[in-house]
Parts: sequence; structure tokens; C-alpha cells
Amino acid sequence: MSEFTIDDLKRILRACAGEDEAVGLDGDILDSGFEELGYDSLALLETASRIEHEVGVAVLDEEIGEVTTPRQLLDLVNGRLVQKV
Amino acid sequence: MSAVVTGIGVLAPNGLGTEEFWSRTLDGVSGIGPITRFDASRYPVRFAGEVPGFTARDHLPGRLVPQTDRMTQLALTAADWALLDAAADPGDFGEYDMGVATAASAGGFEFGQKELQNLWRLGPRHVSAYQSFAWFYAVNAGQISIRNGLRGPMNINVAEQAGGLDAVAQARRMVRGDTPLVVTGAVDASLCPWGLVAQLPNGRLSTGDDPRTAYQPFAAGARGHLPGEGGAILVVEDAESARRRGAPHLYGEVAGYCSTFDPAPRTGRPPRLAAALRGALADAGIDAVDVDVVYADGAGVPELDLAEAEAIAEVFGRNGVPVTAPKSMTGRLNAGGAALDLAAALLSIRDGVIPPTAGVTGPDERYGLDLVTGARHVRVGAALIIARGYGGFNAAMVVRRCPPAAPRPARAAAVIQGEGT
Repeated sequence: MSEFTIDDLKRILRACAGEDEAVGLDGDILDSGFEELGYDSLALLETASRIEHEVGVAVLDEEIGEVTTPRQLLDLVNGRLVQKV
Repeated sequence: MSAVVTGIGVLAPNGLGTEEFWSRTLDGVSGIGPITRFDASRYPVRFAGEVPGFTARDHLPGRLVPQTDRMTQLALTAADWALLDAAADPGDFGEYDMGVATAASAGGFEFGQKELQNLWRLGPRHVSAYQSFAWFYAVNAGQISIRNGLRGPMNINVAEQAGGLDAVAQARRMVRGDTPLVVTGAVDASLCPWGLVAQLPNGRLSTGDDPRTAYQPFAAGARGHLPGEGGAILVVEDAESARRRGAPHLYGEVAGYCSTFDPAPRTGRPPRLAAALRGALADAGIDAVDVDVVYADGAGVPELDLAEAEAIAEVFGRNGVPVTAPKSMTGRLNAGGAALDLAAALLSIRDGVIPPTAGVTGPDERYGLDLVTGARHVRVGAALIIARGYGGFNAAMVVRRCPPAAPRPARAAAVIQGEGT
């Protein structure tokens, strides 16, 4: 994988943690807070572990605890992807 | 102070929802069939009572589905239905005025099996973070509490089938204390290879090859029971508080309860089941003649059926009370089964009818049981429910018709009291 996109993240979130009907993931969520999207810390731990399996980039538990928006998570993962290349 | 049932939510192999379950049960419609949730062709037990047509996504928020085992999805739905039936809006109660007391027998085995397979096949980084609670036996109570904002006391009983009654007894204790409403009962589901294999060693599961005859409690040819999934969640409230808020249904009072424990095998000491029956009657303050129906545990294992029949005869006399075991239509749902029997007993009180032990044409003569094998219409004022859990647990509970509301204190009495102070 050359780039981890917002659509990749949406797919992973839906698969491993479900989707909050009241908010949804369809719109522009890049700068929405994970909390406001309905995801708690456990949902993000689960997401980090799926990202590691699919993308081959490890996000540490303490790092995922600091991430608050999808954009921050994409930046973190894509930064590592670049380093790998 | 009395505890009354004001809401019922049922998910059973022969019906989704209380009324569907009840009408099919009265008609003798069985929910037992071949196991379809996994390939059971290579297992000695191939039939079970599966809850059909339940899709979690139709009933629960998307965020909850990936983090819950099937038993929790069924329990959350049953709790929703029970609260709806009770017309109890958590927003109308104080923050800590609603509690949860449920029972479980295994936990989320299907979820747990999947994650254990991930662990051993792929490694620890592939185990779901939700495994931390999804397979825990206490998870149903926790998820019911979170979903509905029930922040009062919480309690979980584990005593296999008997636990379903123990939990409701605990709910009654909580209601007698300072928790006016408690969501209680039990839902179990472990129809996965691990859940089935875990039950095989006790030798009580039926390996019969005809789903119509494989589980026949109290029948001469009984050869064990079949597993099943589902159960009932109930809303139990303080009677006075339920009346004050105008609860639409007062299904019945949780009037009496007793639990006992059987002596270890080979000690030669007699079983303690009859003592549980007598204890529940004494707790309710009624005599054996006041009981209109007994919902039996109905293990379908000859020596257990005999022990239960002897206990019933000891308390009620031979052929002394109508006995039924509608679980012949669902299989044994473990803790969920006792809660489901309790729900059925309350519906017997409501509708004046005893459901049949469908599929059993007549009990073994030596049991001396008046076994109900076709729906029997009769006024039911009080019912006794028996539940026995593997390992020696016995529980018995009496539910009875709610007495009419107490008259308001007479005006004269209030005046006299006022003069005295």
C-alpha cells in the first residue's frame, strides 16, 4: 500500500467497530473528533490493530491514545509508510 | 413491600417477542431443529433450539454489533422489549434508581471461540480488543446497564439453569432495598462448537436422531436434553412505585423463593430439591394446595426426572398438581430457560392457561405426574417454577397474581394520627 486514505480508514472503522447511525461516516470527517463520531478508546485500539495487519504499519497503544481526529491518524500512518519506502 | 414484574422481553427458539412465543407455545409449536449455526454433522448432538430470524443489525446500533456476542445481542434486544413493555423510560427515574441483576451460564462463547482461534492461528496481535469483555459471563448485565443508563446496583449470578431464578430473587432483594426498578432475567446462547463440546462431557445431552423425540422430559423413553439459545429479560419493580407511575402491566408478584444445594454424589445423603420447593412456598406464605401449576426443570434424563418427580410428589402429592415443561419446544436454554419459564408462568396467570409439554404423549407412569400435554385452560393464581443447575444448584420461585391496589388510608385514621402528634 502506497497511501493510507480516508476511505481505507472508513472501511476499517466500519468493519471492526461499526458505525454510529446518528453521525455516520459518509461526509467529510477528516477533522471530526473520533469521540464525536462515536468511537471510544477501545474502538481505536481495535482500529490500530487492523491497520497494522492491513498496512503493515504499527501504531503503538500510547500513540493511538493521543490521536483525536482521522486526519491525525492518516498523517501518522502515512508518515510511517513513507519511511518504510 | 412487594416486587412485581411489569415488563417481559422474550427471544426464544419458537418465537421472537412475548406474544409470538406465547401463542406458539400454547399451540405446541417447537423451535427445535437441526443445528445450522455451524456444521454439526460430525458431533454426537445435532439438534438444538436456535432463535430463528434474528439479525442483530435490525435491532441494535451499528457500534454495538462488532463488540458483542450473539447472547448479548439477544439479551440487549430482550431488555429493550422488556423496558418498552413496562413503559419505563430511564429518564423518568433517578440516576441510581434502576439496577440490573442477570444470570449467565457460559458467557460469549461464539465470540470467544473466534478470538481464541485468532490467537492460536495468527497470534496475540490478531485478537480483538473487544474480547476483553465480549466473552465475559457478566457482559450482558454490563451492556444492558450502559445502553439504558441503568446506574444502580448490578449483580450477576452463575448457577446454570438455577441462575435464571437466582437473578430474579436478587432483583427482588434490590427492589426491597432502595432500587425501585431492576432489569433482570437471563439470556444464554452458546451454539458454537466450543459451547457444545463444553457440555458434552456431562452426558446429559441427547444424541437422538429425530428432532421430534430427541428431548422428551418425563417420557418413558427420555434420553437427555437438547441445548438451545435465548431466554427472557424481565422488569421487576416495587409494587407501590409501579402503581404510582401507572405501569401498564402488573404481570405478577415475585412472591417466594428458595435455593438449596444438593449433597456431593456418593455421600448417600438425599437431594435437597424438595426443600427448595417447600422453602419457596413458605417464603410466599402459601400452601401446596394454593399452587395451580408447576413449571418443572424437566432435564429429560431419567434419573434426574425421577428425582424431580419425587420432590414434586413429596410436596404436592402424587398427581397432586398440574406439571408442565414447555422447554421441550425450546431445548434447555441454561439460565435463560428458567427466566423463560418464569415469563411463561406469568403469562399463565394473565391468560388462565397452562402450556403443554409438547412432544410428550404421556409421562412415565412411575413418576406420578399430572403432566400437561395439551394446553389446559384453568385459572392460575399462583405458579411454582423449578430450576436445577448442573453441579447441584436447586432454585424454586413462586409467582402469583398481583393483589388489587391497597385502599388509600382512611381519612379518619389520618386524623387520629394527626391528633396524636
